[in-house]
Amino acid sequence: MTCRLVLLVLALVALVNPARAKDELVVGMTQTPTTWNPLISAMLAKSLINNMTARPMTAWNADWQLVCLVCMELPSIENGKARVVDLADGKKGMEIDVEMRDMRWGDGTPVTSRDVAFTLEVGRHPLAGVTASESFKRIIKFDAKDDRRFTMTIDRVTFDYNSLGLTLLPAHIEKPIFDSNPAEYRNKTAFDTNSTNPGLYFGPYRVVEVVPGSRVVLERNPTWTGEKPYFRRILVRIIENTAALEANFLSGNVDYVLGELGLSLDQVLAFEKRHRDKYDFIYKPALIYEHIDTMLDNKLLDDRRVRQAILMAIDRRAISEKLFEGKQPIADGPISPLDPMFSPGARRYPYDPAQARKLLDEAGFAEIRNGVRHSAKGERLALEITTTAGNRVRELVAQVIQSQLRQVGIELRIKAEPPRVFSEGLSRRQFSALAMYAWVQRPEGVPRSILHSKEIPSADNGWSGQNYPGYRNAEMDAALDAAEREIDPAKRRALFADIQRIHADDLPVLPLFFRVDPFVMPKQLKGVVPTGHLNGSTLWVEQWRWEN
Amino acid sequence: MTRYLASRAVQATITLVLMSFVVYLLIGLMPGDPIDLMIAADPNMTSEDAARLRALYGLDRPLVERYLAWAAQALQGNFGYSRSFGQPVLAVLWPRLLNTFVLAALAFAIAVAIALPLGIWAASRPRSRVDYLINLLCFAGISTPPFWLALLLITLFAVTLGWLPAGGQADIRPNTPPLAALADRLRYLVLPVATLALIQIGSYTRFMRGAMIEALRQDYVRTARAKGVPEGGVRWRHAFGNALAPVLTILALSFGGLFSGALITETMFAWPGMGKAIYQAILDNDYNLALVGLLIATLATMLGNLLADLAYAWVDPRVSIA
Repeated sequence: MTCRLVLLVLALVALVNPARAKDELVVGMTQTPTTWNPLISAMLAKSLINNMTARPMTAWNADWQLVCLVCMELPSIENGKARVVDLADGKKGMEIDVEMRDMRWGDGTPVTSRDVAFTLEVGRHPLAGVTASESFKRIIKFDAKDDRRFTMTIDRVTFDYNSLGLTLLPAHIEKPIFDSNPAEYRNKTAFDTNSTNPGLYFGPYRVVEVVPGSRVVLERNPTWTGEKPYFRRILVRIIENTAALEANFLSGNVDYVLGELGLSLDQVLAFEKRHRDKYDFIYKPALIYEHIDTMLDNKLLDDRRVRQAILMAIDRRAISEKLFEGKQPIADGPISPLDPMFSPGARRYPYDPAQARKLLDEAGFAEIRNGVRHSAKGERLALEITTTAGNRVRELVAQVIQSQLRQVGIELRIKAEPPRVFSEGLSRRQFSALAMYAWVQRPEGVPRSILHSKEIPSADNGWSGQNYPGYRNAEMDAALDAAEREIDPAKRRALFADIQRIHADDLPVLPLFFRVDPFVMPKQLKGVVPTGHLNGSTLWVEQWRWEN
Repeated sequence: MTRYLASRAVQATITLVLMSFVVYLLIGLMPGDPIDLMIAADPNMTSEDAARLRALYGLDRPLVERYLAWAAQALQGNFGYSRSFGQPVLAVLWPRLLNTFVLAALAFAIAVAIALPLGIWAASRPRSRVDYLINLLCFAGISTPPFWLALLLITLFAVTLGWLPAGGQADIRPNTPPLAALADRLRYLVLPVATLALIQIGSYTRFMRGAMIEALRQDYVRTARAKGVPEGGVRWRHAFGNALAPVLTILALSFGGLFSGALITETMFAWPGMGKAIYQAILDNDYNLALVGLLIATLATMLGNLLADLAYAWVDPRVSIA
């Protein structure tokens, strides 16, 4: 009798609480998105969430292939949807035909060419507050054929003509706001004043609640025409302190921490040792390039043999092994080995202190006094490396480099500055010898801003440009200019090989590592594919699922 | 009294105007500007973009000119937009102010409710084992770094035992019964409130103990005892009122903290409050947000000072504010 009663109670409990599939995912990340408007400001936190509520026209996928997300077919010269044309001013330009998929904003309004035209108008307007307007300004003509087809004319022949990272604005909501006062648009945009308006979103999810600095709640968008997402609801918790984020993850308060904006590498390495059996770990090399800029105005560094010697005296492999357990891939130049434009032929600098000593001797720093090299003129080979304070791993790397350079007779002083002080000094080229920091890149991106002689910041150009070392090489300038214009992938690859060769010979920048995005994946969570570039894994959120 | 309050209001206004100028200048003089941060985050930004945005945000104008423009708008009740949040500054700060107030006020109330009796208890048995134990716990509380205590509590109650959430705010779904919603909100408050309260209890207990010991040494206490007043009456009716004056001053001065936030606790528990907002605004060069946030903190501190003066006059009849 007792046994039957127990069974009855258990059955009733099962009826009250039937086993349900997990339909809510709680995601953690460390940064608060600021504005939700996709055009105003570039911020990783915002783009990771916007990826779930909208889609750019095209994006790079996890295989680093450019694919259509809103368009039907990627325009190319080969399929005739892109062509070189003569412009009215006598220059060459390009025309691109685009057909969009059948998509709807969350309030049922179709996504049309009108939205594209409006987005371009906002992007080009000088008062709209759009951060990077270059890609909008180059579109000089827009012809809407019908609601879903249009042709754009761009003012130049360029390799990235079909990379349309454009995320659309809903004209039916935003245009009246913009038209009333373009200068106030950035403050009045419905994305920030009415963030839960369903008409702002056309992705697999729409925003239903925003508590700034705390959480964002997304729910399935009923008007989404693509693959139905597995999770009904995604709750994004923002926890800026990584130790607190880890505790939330371990306590089950958070199901998954975004690898692109979550736990630090050293934290995940330690986490893996303790919880290897409960989670899957992926270390995805990303396009974040850790490097050391050399100040070429410094007499001690103007001989490239000195720069080469410094790089050969740094045991990057040992640093990666000891500090990152070998997870952080060593960089040989500014182009990632994962990039389609990477050339394996450029010169590499393995750890070779003997060769470093020889190069320093040849450069005239042969005399060693108290362990430090001196030139014949008595110049002491003492350098200062500036880096950001508060980044524990970077400070540790600086200390290891200091000790390794001492072995070859170079004295290195470490100067760690708060990030804003460091970045101010860097942008004004106010570092005496070496500056260690990271640079975010994009796939197939031409490293013009960091290597072209026209990009050297100075008072004359308002301290614009990011060629902080002050590097000038006509051959490099020509290769960079040509690579930007070349649309034939094979010829462009050859130009990229030139860029990498010249860079490796001159070494204005000493390559260190490509950072990795560490992903800690609960074993039940499937379908998350890290990409390693600016188009993060959340762009394919509809493929995520939970398998018990 | 009215005259006194009016004169304090005038002083407060002058202080706020001066503070707004000084804070604006200090924030403006910090290295870097918001556009530098945008450039670092966006590899697609060109030098033309940077120049256009500097002009758009008025960052190419002299600092004093920018301050005067801000002050003219502020006088009309427009404190500007937060660059980081794309919203009016007050709309950003108001919910945070409320969050911080709830967190800090609860912690304050709990700390006072525990610390005052504890301090009195310890003072009534000076150099006893109980006194030594209370002192030991007080020093432990005072010297414990808040981030460490927060991590300890999270590890114990959220990770190991799984009783409480590790951080954040309650996620109340629509149609949740009000009592269940309140209970959920309280669950999220337990650990941050406990962290703040435990850290405050130590110092408040020490203040109370010190003031009480001092009061118990006074002649009027000896006289009361000689007259045969029971020990409880001596302590509560004669000594406590006099010991309370300096403690009230300390407590009232802590009032400012209720609004300016507890940065570390808020950060560790992902609690969106004022401390975190001001800190982040300074880091992000969000001038308007940082400025108004700091002004609110200044105003709260001045209000705390006023309360301290009023409280002092209330508990000590010798003090007159007329």
